[in-house]
Amino acid sequence: MSVDDRFRPLEQGDVEEEGIRSEIITGPVSDWATDFSHLEPEWAADPYPIQDDLRQRCPIAHTDRFGGGWLPTKYEDVAAIAYDTERFSSRSIIMGNFRPPRDVAPVGGSPPISSDPPFHQHARKLLLGAFTKTAISRQEPATRAFCHELIDKFEGRDVVDAATEYAQHIPMRVIADMLGFPPEDGPQFADFVEDLLEGINLPPEDRIQRMERLFQYLLDQVHDHLDNPRDDITSYLIGAEIFGQKLTAEHVTGAMALLLIAGIDTTWSAIGSSLWHLARNPADRQRLRAEPGLLPVAMEEFLRAYAPVTMARLVKEDMTWHGVDMKADDWILLSFPAANRDPAQFDRAGEVVIDRQVNRHAAFGLGIHRCLGSHLARMELRVALEVWLARIGEFTLAEPGNPAAVRWSTGQIRGPRALPLKIK
Amino acid sequence: MKVRINPELCQGHGRCYDLAPELFGADEEGYGQVLGDGLVSPDQERTARLAAANCPERAIDVEET
Repeated sequence: MSVDDRFRPLEQGDVEEEGIRSEIITGPVSDWATDFSHLEPEWAADPYPIQDDLRQRCPIAHTDRFGGGWLPTKYEDVAAIAYDTERFSSRSIIMGNFRPPRDVAPVGGSPPISSDPPFHQHARKLLLGAFTKTAISRQEPATRAFCHELIDKFEGRDVVDAATEYAQHIPMRVIADMLGFPPEDGPQFADFVEDLLEGINLPPEDRIQRMERLFQYLLDQVHDHLDNPRDDITSYLIGAEIFGQKLTAEHVTGAMALLLIAGIDTTWSAIGSSLWHLARNPADRQRLRAEPGLLPVAMEEFLRAYAPVTMARLVKEDMTWHGVDMKADDWILLSFPAANRDPAQFDRAGEVVIDRQVNRHAAFGLGIHRCLGSHLARMELRVALEVWLARIGEFTLAEPGNPAAVRWSTGQIRGPRALPLKIK
Repeated sequence: MKVRINPELCQGHGRCYDLAPELFGADEEGYGQVLGDGLVSPDQERTARLAAANCPERAIDVEET
């Protein structure tokens, strides 16, 4: 057994103890321009009309919830903030009622997504090689075989849940393989994701407890890898160095948490939203079946129109920005989905045009924080849709008259969490 | 026609090497690279423009020579 004294057992206070807490405010939104909340059911069910309305009349909405925050809705504003790491920090990228202390910058709790320059580029460089298109292509045969296995289980059934019986499992299996975690731990990952991304308005004690559960799991995996080093990202991170020094334990487990959480429900959402669209649009379904070569183009349009990921930033200092008075530590809800439907940036922005050739969308972000896993996400989405379209003869919503049958996630990652489909 | 990637702007989205693999490749960290001297033959011009138009960072210059 190898000893590495960086990885001590978790102690009280290791997780989200210090920081700034704000009052938890829930309930119906009075006016989206002055009281927005991305955690209310109306937003979860259909955020696009809200964003379109705000873009016309605001275009930067405000809320007093979460201790104060802003919601830009124009592509131009979203891009400007994504590029401006001087005035907007990534110290926390999940907008809620907890702000980590200022001194966690520039590293943050889960590098590199939570990091600011100049540290950011070093933390990112460590991981880029594992996520290039070439590196990711090695995962494709196993991903394809796994998609087939999932569909084999539909044998003899008329109705399946494409979210929980298909979309969810694909990114979960692939990232578990890449990190070197046991594939049978999948159900736990789903809990971690929900805890972190959907439990935003829970009381702090609850959140801390859930976070501890995740970090305890990650620490157990680290120890397993210390005992049995292998060729995967966990062993790589344990051995990796920045500035000639091994990474801190917090950096290792923070990066593992990022890869696990960010790798799962984002792509789960993208696959689910694409299938939801196709289930409701027979012309697009038939066209993709007739022209499978169009799928890479159509997929970019699904990513634009149903971009699953919204990020957050924290304002560094008081300032007037594009006409609004921002205070230090105000949140920015950085909505790539809203940017992607800005008519100033896209023709027919509100429509899904599956053969859109020019599609400069921002689904994977812009600037230095471009989604590290974008090549992985694109591979999983393409393979998941290829296999589905090849194997499932015809599919429609199981309950077309009942919008409540499809349940959408709450929070910054948007996708269907229940998607019953009738298949033939 | 000639294509160039501005390395200050490129973030490794990879749209160029997805859409025009005959003109662009990736380095070992996934950043886009122009293959060869960047000269575009007439039959590749459409693809070159398409790659430039799809770059989220506007990092590709297409220069008419």
